[in-house]
Amino acid sequence: MILIALVSILFIGGIIAWIAEGWNRDWPRWVSLISIAVAALLLPSLFLLEPHLSATPATTANSWLILHSIPWIPKFGIAVLVGLDGLSLLMVTLTIFLGLIAVVSSWSEIDHRPGFFQFNIMWTLAGVVGVFIALDMFLFFFFWEVMLIPMYLLIAIWGHENRGYASMKFFLFTQISGLLLLVSILALVFANYGNTGEFTFSYFALLDANLSPDVAYWVMWGFFIAFVVKLPGFPFHTWLPDAHTQAPTAASVLLAGILLKTGAYGLIRFTVPLFPEAAVEIAPLAMLLGVAGVIYGAILAFAQSDFKRLVAYSSVSHMGFVLIGIYAWNQLSLQGSVMQMIAHGLSTAALFMIAGALQQRLHTRDMTAMGGLWVSMPRMGGITLFFIIASLGMPGLGNFVGEFLILMGTFKVNIPITVFAALGLITAAVYALYAMQQTFQGAPTQELDVEDFGAREISVMVLMMVGLVFLGLYPQPVFDIVDPVLAGLYQLTQSTPSWLGSL
Amino acid sequence: MTFLDFQALSPLLALTATILVVLMIIAYNRNHKVVCTTTVIGLFITLATIPCVIGIDPVQVTQLLVIDRFALLLITLIALVTIAVSLLAYDYFDGNSGRPEEFYLLLMLSALGGMVLVSSTHFASFLLGLELLSISLYALISYPIKGLIPLEAAVKYLILSGVASATLLMGAALLYAGLGTLSFEQLGSGFYPEQATVQAYIVIGSALLLTGLAFKLSLVPFHMWTPDVYEGAPAPVTAFVATVSKGAIFALMVRFFVLTGAFEYQSILVGLSVFAIGSMLAGNLLALMQNNVKRMLAYSSIAHIGYLLVAFISGGITGGMALALEASIFFLVAYIVTTLGAFGIVTILSNSDESRDCDALENYTGLFWRRPALAGAFSIILFSLAGIPLTAGFIGKFYIIAAGVKGTLWLLIATLVVGSGIGIYYYLRVIYTMTLKSTSTEPIRIPVASGWVMLLVTATILTLGVYPTPFIDMLGDLAKSLT
Repeated sequence: MILIALVSILFIGGIIAWIAEGWNRDWPRWVSLISIAVAALLLPSLFLLEPHLSATPATTANSWLILHSIPWIPKFGIAVLVGLDGLSLLMVTLTIFLGLIAVVSSWSEIDHRPGFFQFNIMWTLAGVVGVFIALDMFLFFFFWEVMLIPMYLLIAIWGHENRGYASMKFFLFTQISGLLLLVSILALVFANYGNTGEFTFSYFALLDANLSPDVAYWVMWGFFIAFVVKLPGFPFHTWLPDAHTQAPTAASVLLAGILLKTGAYGLIRFTVPLFPEAAVEIAPLAMLLGVAGVIYGAILAFAQSDFKRLVAYSSVSHMGFVLIGIYAWNQLSLQGSVMQMIAHGLSTAALFMIAGALQQRLHTRDMTAMGGLWVSMPRMGGITLFFIIASLGMPGLGNFVGEFLILMGTFKVNIPITVFAALGLITAAVYALYAMQQTFQGAPTQELDVEDFGAREISVMVLMMVGLVFLGLYPQPVFDIVDPVLAGLYQLTQSTPSWLGSL
Repeated sequence: MTFLDFQALSPLLALTATILVVLMIIAYNRNHKVVCTTTVIGLFITLATIPCVIGIDPVQVTQLLVIDRFALLLITLIALVTIAVSLLAYDYFDGNSGRPEEFYLLLMLSALGGMVLVSSTHFASFLLGLELLSISLYALISYPIKGLIPLEAAVKYLILSGVASATLLMGAALLYAGLGTLSFEQLGSGFYPEQATVQAYIVIGSALLLTGLAFKLSLVPFHMWTPDVYEGAPAPVTAFVATVSKGAIFALMVRFFVLTGAFEYQSILVGLSVFAIGSMLAGNLLALMQNNVKRMLAYSSIAHIGYLLVAFISGGITGGMALALEASIFFLVAYIVTTLGAFGIVTILSNSDESRDCDALENYTGLFWRRPALAGAFSIILFSLAGIPLTAGFIGKFYIIAAGVKGTLWLLIATLVVGSGIGIYYYLRVIYTMTLKSTSTEPIRIPVASGWVMLLVTATILTLGVYPTPFIDMLGDLAKSLT
């Protein structure tokens, strides 16, 4: 029930925020802040849960903390089946945390229809939380779509100069891949129906579906493409720079911080465990796409003069690592992928907030018009340096742990891939430091009378910095939470003999 | 005819009585409000008779009509849509020049034609219903006396619909020549004859019949009239044409195929597949190029009937009939409710005194900020048309894909996915336009009755989208009883 409460709080909070606009223009953001805070208060109790055996279906490892099912459309075997394990828990926590950050970061940015803005933020969050806890494929798809529309509206209404194009592109990419996902889910369900005579969308039942290799192979492609578009992996990444650049700050934070993670989550939770044999077949290709993303994203990032666009392309590069880590499929690489998802969520969200802050102050994102900003905004400069360094993978911060583990894990599986992926660490240093030099260092291009970060912004930034340092210096708690899940996933794919480097 | 027969026909009789009463009232005293109120009351009485029939169905009333659950569901739907259209039309015509009273008369006649269609099991009643529906529509389309556009639309519809009826009749004649009967059920028992000549009669007859139906359903390549008629007709009539007229004809097609077993002819299924693919692609591609909301909705309705055919065709696959019927009916209901809502919005923004309805895309600029409730309802309707979760359109599309996957119609499914992808673009374009900064500050008045209609339509779309279980259960029984 607590999971349903979590999602409901966000849904209802969004509606109240919208209504509250009619009473007072300041209230919507308070309503959002309070409802996300209430949702956040539910989280600590989840960390104390122990995996319990009774609720666990026989086929999976005992890693489920909560499982809960309510019939929805029984005729098709559709239920509101929600569950929480370590992986979901980490992702939900990241979502709520970044949701809080997004609301605070856009505190004074939105003048136009603040209530509807907060409504969209809250519904995006609710959709994302739903994606991370849904274990019924229909429910999963439902949430998968629910998170898109508010995000579309956020970009289309409150975006920057080219918002119409960017929001449409975002929606078309994700929606068409979503339809592909729907067809694949149905193909899987009907294949299972053909074998067992039982209509069900339950993840656990579908794990046991005995698919013929052909069916599994084609259906797997549907899942793979849908998730890789969202990730985004090369060559499906082209929506991302536009969407990120045009989105308002809060939406960029949510997009980079959590929406991209739903793609990675889908690959880990669904694509590989549901179709282990087929996944082995395409693993080299998937890792190759990952490497292409790492290097191509980095090169393009270096070519940008728009600060936000640069950060957006760096996301393509970082998420390439996640894709490699997932398809190397061993303990180290998966731990690395999870860590990279969280660390990238924090560091990129922070960089987007900085980009937003710069735009609010300078009314431009063009780095050629910046330079020497450290003089007028030393606090912002220092903080930016921290996140730039985190993003380029400095040891001691979370991103390093993630990328290092991914490379370690992949080395056992495929050495050439590892070598090329490691190049990404160098290119990251190039574009990240370039961005720093163009904006905050060098001679000031003009006399500026701008405000430095205030207390509100500093406190948000410090929270994220603490998070990254903690992940970098003492990542063990994260691994403790996620390891039982990963162990369970190996168990599911263990029957696949050709899988290299399993536990 | 026994008493039972009359009892079974009571919805049709109630509507007929209402038509006569309204005719008398108009003759005695022209009063827009009274006529509209009587119409709505009469339609509610029609609805109220349906529970009296539910206990005794199915009843075969002579050879011509059958009143069963399927017919009753569609009669209910037609009555509800007609009530909604009457209320929308009241606000559309209210206080304007011209004499709107006969409008309701024609509307009810047309609805009666639709009700006859959905319950007919014989070519005689089929044609009777079809002509009742169509002839009233010619007059309805050209009802406002405000210029040439409605007139042009009506003439276009008159000619093309007449051709379609003629084609249909020829098809029926050939079937009769081959099998010597006009009753669907008896046609079915002789549908697979040994002799090649009779088979040829049947295939050619069915082809002509399908052509006629495709005209009425505006399937590609017989869709040319649709955008012009949708654009030219007054908005409430467009709502009626797009929902009742198409829905009733599709229902008849379902009945014909189920009773005759025409699904067994592979060539018929191939023909339908060509219609479906053409409609999904051409409808969506042409909709992309429209800057007129009514024309855009016209092309999108072409595409939607194409989607509907995907589910219908899957009925030809062994064992797929029940799911195919269930999916078709669910999608049809979702389509009718959503389309009614879409044209309802256009109606609210339009006025019969202006030379054009409010159908240019730029008229919708900034609607979100001028009338958030109206724009919100329109967004939900457009999301439903695009097939996005939380709406009836999503469950409908889900059903269709389910039926298609079960029937392994991969080509059709692929076309559907591509078509839906294109569709998203033009639906979102309208929503995007509504979110732009407003150019006009002229206040928009939402009339009370139309406002309630839109509220109910939106609520239905969301209810069917979030908790469709009761309706699905009902459809399951219905589909089983049909097959």
